[in-house]
Amino acid sequence: MLSPLQQRLLNDFQRDFPLSARPYQDIAEQLGVTEQAVLAAFAELNAQHYISRIGPVIRPNQIGASTLVAMAVPADELQAVADLVSAYPEVNHNYEREHHFNLWFVLIAADAAHLQAVLDDIEQHTGYVVLSLPLVQEFFIDLGFPLDLAHA
Amino acid sequence: MDATDLALMRATQAGLPLVPEPYQALAEQLGISAEQVMARLVAMQAAGSIRRIGAVPNHYKLGYRYNGMTVWNVPDAHVDALGAQIGQLPFVSHCYHRPRHLPDWPYNLFAMVHGKSLAEVDGQIAQINAVLGELNLGGEVLYSTRILKKTGFRSG
Repeated sequence: MLSPLQQRLLNDFQRDFPLSARPYQDIAEQLGVTEQAVLAAFAELNAQHYISRIGPVIRPNQIGASTLVAMAVPADELQAVADLVSAYPEVNHNYEREHHFNLWFVLIAADAAHLQAVLDDIEQHTGYVVLSLPLVQEFFIDLGFPLDLAHA
Repeated sequence: MDATDLALMRATQAGLPLVPEPYQALAEQLGISAEQVMARLVAMQAAGSIRRIGAVPNHYKLGYRYNGMTVWNVPDAHVDALGAQIGQLPFVSHCYHRPRHLPDWPYNLFAMVHGKSLAEVDGQIAQINAVLGELNLGGEVLYSTRILKKTGFRSG
């Protein structure tokens, strides 16, 4: 169960986190609580995995080269192939999805050549072809996501 | 982004330190001043390299169990205009134009939607359908059934 303070922190501070010497103190003043209470509430949100972190969200393609990859893997081999794929440090989101293309992950590498080398390597090691779908255009400037926390 | 910016981004991907002076803690790690850390974050945000700075919620843990990747085939000539409209829908967290991969993959517009029930997501998909109208040449929704890995740099 989220406390009222945790709910405010989750919904009101997905962006514009203060860039000041003591940001948690600034938030505390805005919310009428102590800096210690803000730090404790964030620590609890972290520990319970309600947030994955507090920090900068980077626009895609700002660091190195990246792509979204899809693979169609037989169900009985999915776990083994997923484990192989997840073991690459260049892979950072790996999801199973309900579709003929049932394995989806994001690859981020230092440059385009390294990205292609990893794609080739994954094909070679798994024995399945990869569908590489790099970003052409992004339409949404992510400023956070309004959360319905009534039953969180 | 220069090498120090990159080092700063790497240092923050696990999260800002939960200490009273987090930028000072990062500054010490990077060998620059806290003022420089903040100035670099301001500059990267102004340049658009940083989208936002704040709490990154874990939607799944917060009850958003239905996370659908909706994919659509729309005429290339209209993908920018349609993408801009879809991206503005409040329940869409990401919206991208990606290349088709014919014949296996005919879809060129991706929109991620999030709901607490299947019915909620169905309603969201109906709204996307309404925006696309006759320019919708086909679509599908791919639900994630398992998160197999989620670490490192986040793209959004």
